[in-house]
Amino acid sequence: MIEIRNLHVKIADTDTMILNGVDLTVKAGEVAAIMGPNGSGKSTLSYVMAGKEDYEVTEGDILLNGESILEMEPDERAAAGLFLAFQYPVEIPGVPTMNFLKAAMNSQRKARGQDEFTTPEFIKKVKDAAGRLGISMDMLKRSLNTGFSGGEKKRAEILQMSLLEPKFCVMDETDSGLDIDALKVVSDGVNALRSPERAFLVITHYQRLLEHIVPDSVHVLYKGRIIQSGGKELALQLEEQGYADIIAKAA
Amino acid sequence: MNMQTPITHTAAEEALIAALGKVDSVAKEAAARALAGIEKSGLPTRRVEAWHYTDLRNLLRDYPKPPRAIQSEFSSESLVDLPPLVEGYTLGFSNTFHVIGHLAGMPEGLSGTVGEEALTTTHGVPVEADTIGLINAGLAETGVVLAVQAGVKLAEPVILAHTCADETASNLRHSVRFGEGAQATFIERHHSSITGNFQSVVCNLVLEKGAKAVWVIDQELGVETTRLGQLNVELAEDTDLTILILNAGGRLVRQEVHVAVNGENANLAIKGVNLVGNDSHVDVTTTLTHNVPNTVATELFRNVVPGSGKGVFQGQIRVAQPAQKTDAQMACNTLLLSDEADFSAKPELEIFADDVVCAHGATVADIEDEQLFYLRARGIPERDARALLVKAFVEEVFEDFEDTELAGALVDRIESWLDING
Repeated sequence: MIEIRNLHVKIADTDTMILNGVDLTVKAGEVAAIMGPNGSGKSTLSYVMAGKEDYEVTEGDILLNGESILEMEPDERAAAGLFLAFQYPVEIPGVPTMNFLKAAMNSQRKARGQDEFTTPEFIKKVKDAAGRLGISMDMLKRSLNTGFSGGEKKRAEILQMSLLEPKFCVMDETDSGLDIDALKVVSDGVNALRSPERAFLVITHYQRLLEHIVPDSVHVLYKGRIIQSGGKELALQLEEQGYADIIAKAA
Repeated sequence: MNMQTPITHTAAEEALIAALGKVDSVAKEAAARALAGIEKSGLPTRRVEAWHYTDLRNLLRDYPKPPRAIQSEFSSESLVDLPPLVEGYTLGFSNTFHVIGHLAGMPEGLSGTVGEEALTTTHGVPVEADTIGLINAGLAETGVVLAVQAGVKLAEPVILAHTCADETASNLRHSVRFGEGAQATFIERHHSSITGNFQSVVCNLVLEKGAKAVWVIDQELGVETTRLGQLNVELAEDTDLTILILNAGGRLVRQEVHVAVNGENANLAIKGVNLVGNDSHVDVTTTLTHNVPNTVATELFRNVVPGSGKGVFQGQIRVAQPAQKTDAQMACNTLLLSDEADFSAKPELEIFADDVVCAHGATVADIEDEQLFYLRARGIPERDARALLVKAFVEEVFEDFEDTELAGALVDRIESWLDING
């Protein structure tokens, strides 16, 4: 599904390297987790995959279903099936959430050569998905993410993910700022989307999220490199012992 | 020793002097005053404070001929070019017809006359002896004097539709009185498919006790057109007035709004969207004078400059000593979408009362990268994402606007401008 090869990334217009040769493969149907201490490059990795312009790839490649996405614009990557659930969803005053959802869904369909949804089709889809996530239609009339609580923002991200039906989802610290109840709603939303055709990359600080979204593989990112990979038990080990041992071993 | 050398007049000044010299109507005296002023000092330059950001002397390239023939017959064909907005009772004015619409079909509760009377009637509004006021007073050929009778609520808007059919000058002067408790919406439309003409329109409004009015200025003139507009308003007690200005055209545009708040519990909102096209100069200058206690005024302007245009906002709020408990808020926010775009904002508070709440804020920014990236990451192409953000920025002005049909129609005009110029 996704293949990251020897990825080197620096902050654009500087010499500051953030990623120093990341290698990672996530297969269709797989849920991979990336853990790592602060400043290890986790968020940078997610932004680079989504195509943010503040970073520059100096070496390596990212392949989505065998095709390099590095030359693609962010909207082209989205239409190709990549979805980034933001750690901090951006507030956009003046753009009602419904209008945004329709623009996003139909832009992607148009880019893929599919017919755009009619308004009744669109509304039905949104109502169904919002109902499953406990999101009121009232909230969707409000400006996108504007004044939403932390939990509402993350639920809105999951709503977008379920409506856009991506092939590959990057979840950037989706658990940050969530209480236990919201964490459960969000995790259930993600679990409902798990399928043999879809893959996830779940980025998190804490093992807690991985109790709800149980990963197939866990990778430790440190100083811009994957220093250890394993199964879900690796997350438990990290929770108990911290990163120090693994970092020491890798050094 | 202070010797004043006579100034060398610009082509526009010479043409204005010539036009003013020919006036032989009831406006003759006003014309003579305007002529003397221009002859002596010329048009205002940046050294005149009120015109600091709009150097009229340098910006006004010329003053075109007056219209060839003035007919009093209204032809609805002259309004064919006007894009639809909302339905309403329409009075048309065109610079070749200088029309006068079918006053006969006036809705019940509205009365009025047309012609010379408009040139001298101001309903007692103290018209400032300023450049636009003077030139218009001297050159105005016609206009309407309307009154919404006390207690009447007009169901449909009254539309004053101004179009331009050739490259001539057009100077109009209207007065509208809203009687006690009257309610009505008026829409000044200014539209031309041809360009290169000159237009000055002064409107004088009086709201009597308890009147509630909406006054819209929808300006979509040609890209080479000059427009000098002025709205002079007097508010009595318990009145409620919303002024909504859309500037989406013209090469040189100055829209002045002067409001005297003379009655307690008056509520005033001035909202505006300035869409400044390439090589355009669009200036909105407002002065609010609060003369009595317990009045509220809010001003909100959203401006978009996509290319090489220049925009100006000057907002003056004066609070006289007796006007305690005045609540006046002013905000002017601008999106500059290119490196050549330019906007000057000058808020000005002059407060002589000690128990007031007055605030102003001005921001100038580009589209936020974070917002743009978020939309693009959801599959919305860059051009569409930018358009969405610009629209959202200007359309916030219409929040809380009661007449949603009119708001929607104006938003459509804005979107069509942004589609072409954004």
